[in-house]
Amino acid sequence: MKNGIIRKKRKINSMTTREKILGAVLKNQPATTALPDITMFRGDNNDLVKKYMDVFKTIGGTAFLVEDIEAMKTLINESFDTAKRTVTTLPGLSESFELISATADPHTYDDVELAIIKAHFSVAENGAVWLTEEVMGQRIIPYICQHLAVVINADDIIPTLHEAYEKVGAGDYGFGGFIGGPSKTADIEQALVLGAHGPLTMTVFIMNNQHALF
Amino acid sequence: MSQAKTKDHATLAGAFIKDEERVDWHDGALWYIREKRDIASKQIPEWEDLREAASQIKSHVISNLHEYLLQFEENLKKNGIIVHWADSAEEHNEIVYSILKAKEINQMVKSKSMLTEECGLNEYLEERGIEVVNSDLGEYIQQIDNEPPSHIVLPCIHKRKEEIGELFHEHLGTEKGLSDPTLLTRVARKHLRNIFLTRRGALTGVNFAVAETGEYVVCTNEGNADMGAHLSEVQIASMGLEKLIPQKNHLGIFLRLLARSATGQPITIYSSHYRKPRKGQEMHLILVDAGRTRQLGRADFRDSLKCIKCGACMNTCPVYRKSGGLSYHNTITGPIGAILAPNLDMRKHADLPYASTLCGSCSNVCPVKINIHEQLYKWRQEIVKEGYATKAKSLGMKTMAWTLSSPGKFTTAGKAGRWFLDKVPFVVNNKFNPWYKQRDMPEAPKESFEEWYNKKEKKD
Repeated sequence: MKNGIIRKKRKINSMTTREKILGAVLKNQPATTALPDITMFRGDNNDLVKKYMDVFKTIGGTAFLVEDIEAMKTLINESFDTAKRTVTTLPGLSESFELISATADPHTYDDVELAIIKAHFSVAENGAVWLTEEVMGQRIIPYICQHLAVVINADDIIPTLHEAYEKVGAGDYGFGGFIGGPSKTADIEQALVLGAHGPLTMTVFIMNNQHALF
Repeated sequence: MSQAKTKDHATLAGAFIKDEERVDWHDGALWYIREKRDIASKQIPEWEDLREAASQIKSHVISNLHEYLLQFEENLKKNGIIVHWADSAEEHNEIVYSILKAKEINQMVKSKSMLTEECGLNEYLEERGIEVVNSDLGEYIQQIDNEPPSHIVLPCIHKRKEEIGELFHEHLGTEKGLSDPTLLTRVARKHLRNIFLTRRGALTGVNFAVAETGEYVVCTNEGNADMGAHLSEVQIASMGLEKLIPQKNHLGIFLRLLARSATGQPITIYSSHYRKPRKGQEMHLILVDAGRTRQLGRADFRDSLKCIKCGACMNTCPVYRKSGGLSYHNTITGPIGAILAPNLDMRKHADLPYASTLCGSCSNVCPVKINIHEQLYKWRQEIVKEGYATKAKSLGMKTMAWTLSSPGKFTTAGKAGRWFLDKVPFVVNNKFNPWYKQRDMPEAPKESFEEWYNKKEKKD
């Protein structure tokens, strides 16, 4: 009951605060200026796979161009300790690895060694992949795993963020994010350390177009 | 926040520059980041057009803020995010407290947020029994050392690794003498992972808020914002009113500029777009004024609200690099801090616009083209006009104005100056004259330009 009264009181206050702030904004904002035209910002469509791979390496990631899912499986087994918990959203890998449950408590993924998920597309200029929660399996997955592996189709590499936002459009995701490399920090004397709070490594598998996964 | 606020920039900088080795290191480390920014920006042929577009978008937002706030609020609500408005730092802190209290949460994890530093949120909550842990590594280090961040992007750039090793030894039980950055980071990773896993409440800042979709974007390299947010029951975002942008495709402009300007990276590792709460989660967003509408009303200074907090102006500033962020005694340090702070408290921050050579380098690197150095100059005029300049400064300026007001006075003053420096230098070069701290005067010429010119004219 007491709690209810406090909340009610605050609600009234916040109404007045809202009016007060909006009033001050309206009073103090200057005469309107126009939005610039940004349609001329576009990237170069040539050599996107090579450009992407080069940039991704410079930001501390590893990228492989693979022919098909079997080739990817071989590389995964060579590069990671798959005896530890490995999770995925890819139906093609469900025989080998655990499928991520969208409804499990996110805390239960704390011991994930490797997560293998697909991305909608990636950006050649900055190395980042675009993921929404639907392809993550769970929001926490690409952040909590020790190692992150992401699969993209070679056809889904675009030049810059301008094309990226065109592709994303309004989007109806609850959560989405660009991820461009393993987590990193340089907070101690500017020394670069890979693996701050998120994954220690990030690997991208670029799937040859004929064998596009999705 | 624990830092003495009574001391001015010059005094605090004076203490910082005593350690010459540290100053040289600090200067070099920041200049290196400035160089990385240059390399990154030069790889984009349309860089200057991007800056211009970003600047125009932000000008447009500032001039239509009322409309965009309403649109953003409406879309947040549609997305299921609970919206709060805070007029002041206190009101912001009260709101955070009441949200946590309602859920009986007494431990919260926070990702980097300069706004909550500005509001003194940690202290406020701790006084009320709520423990807050800063999860950005640099901010965590500053928190355990009971110091505010000295740089908005690199919170502990003024510290050496041995000092950090000592702090970890004391607080995290690492071996004495351990100072390897990778090993220290691993220890922090382990410690903070446990924090993320056990905190029901998480708070983040906001880099960009999109009016047309009611989503907000948080940029980090460490992944700490996401670790906190996606494991929390209650997620809170605090943002200043000025963080709005009209459309989602504008993010293409800002995200191309932000990390390149900040550290020379092509993009931060994580650019997270938060739009709706996770099933079973509660999401709150607090819109904070705390002086921003006042700054909006100051025609000469409102463009400071365009800042996207990249820190490029700090990395390039010769005064910042040599005096250290803590000497600015304000949450936002460096050149941008020096034009934001006087709006919050002109008397307390009257010294900051003087912590500049007005060289203009800050304005040249600013990704949204804020005329920082011109605003610094304008704040000086404002501060003198309002009577907040120190006595020595206003007396000096009055003397200068009197001297420069007639050619006769100027000539006599010049003669006197040269005579003093030549015959009795100890009268000016002594410990009572701050100019001579770590500085020398060039040798005074025997005659003035006018005297030389007149002689030359006669000869010819």
